[in-house]
Amino acid sequence: MRYSLLSLIREGLRRHRGWQPAWRDAAPKDAYDVIIIGGGGHGLATAYYLAKQHGITRVAVLEKNHIGSGNAGRNTTIIRSNYLQPGNIPFYELAMRHWESLERELNYNVMVSQRGIINTFHTDAQRDAYARRGNAMRLHGIDAELLDRDRLRRLLPMLDFDNARFPVQGGLLQARGGTARHDAVVWGYARAASALGVDIIQNCEVIGFTESGGHIAGVETTRGAIRAPKIAMAVAGNTCKVAALAGLRLPIESHVLQAFVTEGLKPFFPCVATFGAGHFYVSQSDKGGLVFGGDIDGYNSYAQRGNLPTVEDVCESGIALIPALGRIRMLRSWGGIMDMSMDGSPIIDRTARAGLYLNAGWCYGGFKATPASGLCFAHLLATDQLHEAAAAYRLDRFSTGALIDEKGAGAQPNLH
Amino acid sequence: MRIPCPFCGVRDLSEFSYLGAVTAARPDPRAADAESQFVDWVYLRTNPAGEHEEYWYHGFGCRSWLIVSRDTRTHVIATARSANRRVAP
Repeated sequence: MRYSLLSLIREGLRRHRGWQPAWRDAAPKDAYDVIIIGGGGHGLATAYYLAKQHGITRVAVLEKNHIGSGNAGRNTTIIRSNYLQPGNIPFYELAMRHWESLERELNYNVMVSQRGIINTFHTDAQRDAYARRGNAMRLHGIDAELLDRDRLRRLLPMLDFDNARFPVQGGLLQARGGTARHDAVVWGYARAASALGVDIIQNCEVIGFTESGGHIAGVETTRGAIRAPKIAMAVAGNTCKVAALAGLRLPIESHVLQAFVTEGLKPFFPCVATFGAGHFYVSQSDKGGLVFGGDIDGYNSYAQRGNLPTVEDVCESGIALIPALGRIRMLRSWGGIMDMSMDGSPIIDRTARAGLYLNAGWCYGGFKATPASGLCFAHLLATDQLHEAAAAYRLDRFSTGALIDEKGAGAQPNLH
Repeated sequence: MRIPCPFCGVRDLSEFSYLGAVTAARPDPRAADAESQFVDWVYLRTNPAGEHEEYWYHGFGCRSWLIVSRDTRTHVIATARSANRRVAP
């Protein structure tokens, strides 16, 4: 084991001069068995599970910038599996189970903290809807607990229980939910994949596809052409841009989602909470800052930064739930580009172009899905069969009508 | 982001709401391949990184529908004109 208490003590005595880079910064070779476009959490997890579970190690991960510089480094780090729909529950629970063992699996501290996630409810109808959600989760063996007002007040006394417009009546708790360190997830998967022989190639942007006999047979990149019989896209907000290079149009729009962090505080907020009467979610990072976010800005964007009306809206929602937020200064805000699918659920499938595979449409929820996304995408790439946990994430569901009605709003801003 | 409304002048984003891309006309439901045409029309997007023609509604102003040409990489707005074909651009 490279990282252990023993190695930490040994390096501590040597003033930490002996640590080696965690992964190889590889140069591109001419050909691979699989090329994965996108060196974020999903792409690197896919590479890791391809090598680990399917023995496919001639794999390249191409990243146009440095790994984890897209949405993997821009999210609010929440992990959970409190879903309602049949297509989603098994998938996100698969992810949750892998989060629980990820540190042992990767020998890397990804700081998984199962501090619990609470969705507050504010009306009788909403309580019934959350009770139904909790029951659906428990029927699938996932923990869920409906907290009444008094129990919630003991856990989160800082909520505005007597808000005149949205009094807090209680919450749905998933105790196994929580947060993980987003950068460490990227680094952990990169290190583990690299150790198994995967080439991680940074500063290598895909600028075109090469064909052979009607099949996609390789990519043109800023660092030269690379051949592979299977090309996998895991590029989140840039999905339509890359797909257009292969002549594809997809049921995806790119939208900017902003996130925020406040100045550091002493331990104040013990779990993750989401506001049931608006769109707001918050947790406290280990550094002490409150990390929070809300809705997408609501117009197509690739700009990785948003606008002020959304900042105001998110902060208003936050203060409606936690009035004390009004006394805290916001330190930073940033934006990530979401691949908003038209039904709000992801796609892990083949495309109309033979040899090209798609992993996209994660909307707000990509980070928590990382392990399961990698597992299911690797399974698809290795076997050409959909993984049973991701069987509903077909690309053709938009024409067959088998949409997943989890959030249902997709990218359409007037439905949010 | 501020949108130069052709009727009200340059106004703050918060006065507007967004509908989406200015797309091709609704397909003919009597066409032989109407089903696949409707799937394309309802679900598929070009979603370009660059110039994007889109509908905005000036709800807290003149209540006009506008067609705005905006760069999705920078949010810079090139033009904004009325979506009403009877209004001269």
